[in-house]
Amino acid sequence: MLDIKNLKASVEGKDILKGLDLQVKAGEVHAIMGPNGSGKSTLSQVLAGRDTFQVDGGSVTWDGQDLLAMPIEERARAGLFLAFQYPVEIPGVSNAYFLKAAVNAIRKHRGLPEFDAMDFLTRVKAEMKAVGMKEEFLYRAVNEGFSGGEKKRNEVLQMALLEPRLAILDETDSGLDIDALKVVADGVNRLRSPDRALIVITHYQRLLDYIVPDHVHVLSHGRIVRSGGRELALELEEKGYGWIGDAGQVHAAPPAAGGAQ
Amino acid sequence: MKTATPARKIDSFLDQEYAAGFETLLEADTLPKGLSEDVIRVISAKKGEPEFLLEWRLEAYRRWLTMTAPKWAAVDFPDIDFQDIVYYSAPKKKDGPKSLDEVDPELLKTFEKLGVPLHERARLAGVAVDAVFDSVSVATTFQKELGEHGIIFCSFSEAVKTHPELIRQYLGTVVPPSDNFYAALNSAVFSDGSFVFIPKGVKCPMELSTYFRINARDTGQFERTLIIAEEGASVSYLEGCTAPMRDENQLHAAVVELIALDDAKIKYSTVQNWYPGDKDGVGGIYNFVTKRGDCRGARSHISWTQVETGSAITWKYPSVILRGDDSVGDFHSVALSNHRQQADTGTKMIHMGRNTKSTILSKGISAGHGSNTFRGLVRIAPKAEDARNYTQCDSLLIGDQCAAHTFPTIEARNPTAHVEHEATTSRIGEDQLFYAMQRGLTAEDAVSMIVNGFCREVFKELPMEFAVEAQKLLGVSLEGSIG
Repeated sequence: MLDIKNLKASVEGKDILKGLDLQVKAGEVHAIMGPNGSGKSTLSQVLAGRDTFQVDGGSVTWDGQDLLAMPIEERARAGLFLAFQYPVEIPGVSNAYFLKAAVNAIRKHRGLPEFDAMDFLTRVKAEMKAVGMKEEFLYRAVNEGFSGGEKKRNEVLQMALLEPRLAILDETDSGLDIDALKVVADGVNRLRSPDRALIVITHYQRLLDYIVPDHVHVLSHGRIVRSGGRELALELEEKGYGWIGDAGQVHAAPPAAGGAQ
Repeated sequence: MKTATPARKIDSFLDQEYAAGFETLLEADTLPKGLSEDVIRVISAKKGEPEFLLEWRLEAYRRWLTMTAPKWAAVDFPDIDFQDIVYYSAPKKKDGPKSLDEVDPELLKTFEKLGVPLHERARLAGVAVDAVFDSVSVATTFQKELGEHGIIFCSFSEAVKTHPELIRQYLGTVVPPSDNFYAALNSAVFSDGSFVFIPKGVKCPMELSTYFRINARDTGQFERTLIIAEEGASVSYLEGCTAPMRDENQLHAAVVELIALDDAKIKYSTVQNWYPGDKDGVGGIYNFVTKRGDCRGARSHISWTQVETGSAITWKYPSVILRGDDSVGDFHSVALSNHRQQADTGTKMIHMGRNTKSTILSKGISAGHGSNTFRGLVRIAPKAEDARNYTQCDSLLIGDQCAAHTFPTIEARNPTAHVEHEATTSRIGEDQLFYAMQRGLTAEDAVSMIVNGFCREVFKELPMEFAVEAQKLLGVSLEGSIG
């Protein structure tokens, strides 16, 4: 589904991704872990098409297409969803209006009939219940005045409604208490299916207690320095990133990075 | 290979097409450029005006000669040469059309192209229209139906002939010729406009509307609108305006006077789309307008709603004098300035009666190199017991080259006054665009969604079909060429 080869990206002349390889197949859940500044968020933003980052080399293929050549909204319509680490506030635009516009843009692209107001409300209210959001959030401005937890729930709600083929969760667990974390994990788990893939970016192991990944990758200094199964996350928790950081420096081109693919 | 980015999209986005920018080729009866007492005499004679009106014009002209153009607005433009303007231009005709069949088909086509069909079969449902082309009114629809209710809706020139007593009684009583430089000029040379009279107790059964079109080159448009609602009467009135795209600036200096007697209600809505000039600021209309309503009677209510997207320079402050006790004044405004457009707009609420109430809701949008200024005055006179005002001014910035200014003035001379003011400024950020586009929306849809969300409180004050128009117009005004 997604094939990242030797991806290099920089921001304001500073290299952040320095040759990243990753392959994601339908039905898989990948966790990407790593210390702050290792390039985790850059990876998610580059995949979604944010222009603050410059792509300096490598390729990203999405279902045989050149993902990097696709405009932002085309990537979204093709089924790439990014749950933001810091969801953006849009004053004056109600959540209901925003969600409906997004759902219909994507349905239209998929050749499905657009939802009318009634269909949409039925659908969105059911999903809101599942993520524990009160209906009043439909009529409030997008993310405006939402608490950290409410913003993250709103991201999960959007993800559920847009039914992406690949969802990237960028530190969706940061700043959440354990209840909110369970709600987010629940939402993600309900989305797991053989034709969907997930990339879960996190600093902490604890989210992976609830979203059990098929593959765990460790990102350090802009490269994946180690890949493994679920046990790698536990090992990381025990030993900390220092251990991996060293490993990353010792093996400048670690064979393990290729091995997991 | 790199894709279009939000940053570049914001910029390219602001390149708009001005759809109404075509010119109609017609034989016209046009006076030579320049202004003098003789020119005024000719205009008055062409219109067959009574002596009192000619005298009124000449007095205004003499007054104007002693005045200087105001410089206090936050707008910047070279001095206007008032001798380089044509003060009268009318499509040539035999004796004036008796019915629509006699109106030049080219003219009908022009208005149809603008979405203002004048033909019986295609008329806007439930809206009576007066169409003003350069200096004259070319057609007024539904006159007969309105006449059955005792309502007078016709061009100003026609009213001068058929109801001189009403003109004499009300003209200049809200905006006297000496009020300001452009009002004096207008009083001297105004050529046409609309006249509305709603008699006592009558609720006007349909929307009334005037559509102004400047066509001729080098011509100024100086229209005069007078609306009178007698005791207990009510009316909703809408004006729209467009002009061809030209490299020179053209002057539009109108005066609108509204008079509401006891328990009367006048709702005046404007969708202003004069040619704004090109993206480098060449050409466009100078829109210097005086609009004022007089809540003369007790419990009367005057409401201004404006959507200002056009003109190179807008200089306009629709105001309400709250003279009657318990009278109410509203001002709802959306002003957009894109490219090099400059808008200095706002309102004055002059509270004189007891228990008077006013609301000001202003939404300014600046994009490109546009500059948007809100200027407001709330004055509570010493005798205005228990007056209340609520003012809210919001500015939205698109991109980082534009400007927004807010100058609210409050003069409360009565201790019982209750005045509230709120102001916000926000910016459409790249992060907002990126967020919306990541959810599948195009940059255009994202911007227009944010802008419409910002304007919603004002749009809901517009008559239904015009709210839709206004929304589209804002879309067009911001739309550009996106790859």
